[in-house]
Amino acid sequence: MLLVASQSMTAGAIASNFDTARPTVSKHLQILTECELLNQEQSGREIHYHLNPKKMKEIASFLEPFRKMWDDRFNKLESIMQSKIHAYRNKKNKS
Amino acid sequence: MEQKTSPPRGRTRIHAEDGKQELTITRAFDLPLELLFQAYEDPAIVEQWMGTKVLKLENKKHGSYQFETTDPKGNKHRFNGTIHEFVTNKKITRTFEMENTPFGVQLEFLEFEKLTEDSSKLNMHVVYKSIALRDQILQLPFAQGINFAHNRIQDIVSKLK
Repeated sequence: MLLVASQSMTAGAIASNFDTARPTVSKHLQILTECELLNQEQSGREIHYHLNPKKMKEIASFLEPFRKMWDDRFNKLESIMQSKIHAYRNKKNKS
Repeated sequence: MEQKTSPPRGRTRIHAEDGKQELTITRAFDLPLELLFQAYEDPAIVEQWMGTKVLKLENKKHGSYQFETTDPKGNKHRFNGTIHEFVTNKKITRTFEMENTPFGVQLEFLEFEKLTEDSSKLNMHVVYKSIALRDQILQLPFAQGINFAHNRIQDIVSKLK
């Protein structure tokens, strides 16, 4: 994934960076393409692979619902307690 | 002249490393430390922000607590735990368990810290029984979101029929 982050590459060029057999690399590329993490682009007789940043972002945000659940909860805590400060200060100012 | 830095604004951060059975939740609040702690100590306030009913809350060493929430379908869910340490304005060490679920018990270390007169920080360190369980719990809100979206789609589709 790092290899194709900056430029699109052919399967051969990608495979040359690994000790693994070419068919194994092809299989990996096929899976990554199926998962939409890589996009294929036909250029003449060659297929170039490049990264799909949109999909990568989706995976990175997998934990976002868990974070958001806590964030919402804590926001509520904060606003409840802040209204208590305001009520206390108003009462103090009036007296 | 005294240098003042603005308190960090309320963003919640989750740190969950791969292959570990723990995680941390950190959050800075625009609240004095005492008020942040009160939100954990006072059952009436806990009920408000957690959206839960407090059946029991014994804020002391060897004390225990039990909360009950009601989901939109009217089903009741209970949570409980034992309090191992309770140091006012400093820390709470407790266990947490969702009753009648396969998730088991988790250990929680809550640390409260003063940042300025008007701001404070909560650091929550949660340890699960296994890596697999931690990952499952982390993904619960994501899965619920998917289920919710799926149910919404089903509702809309069934109305179209």
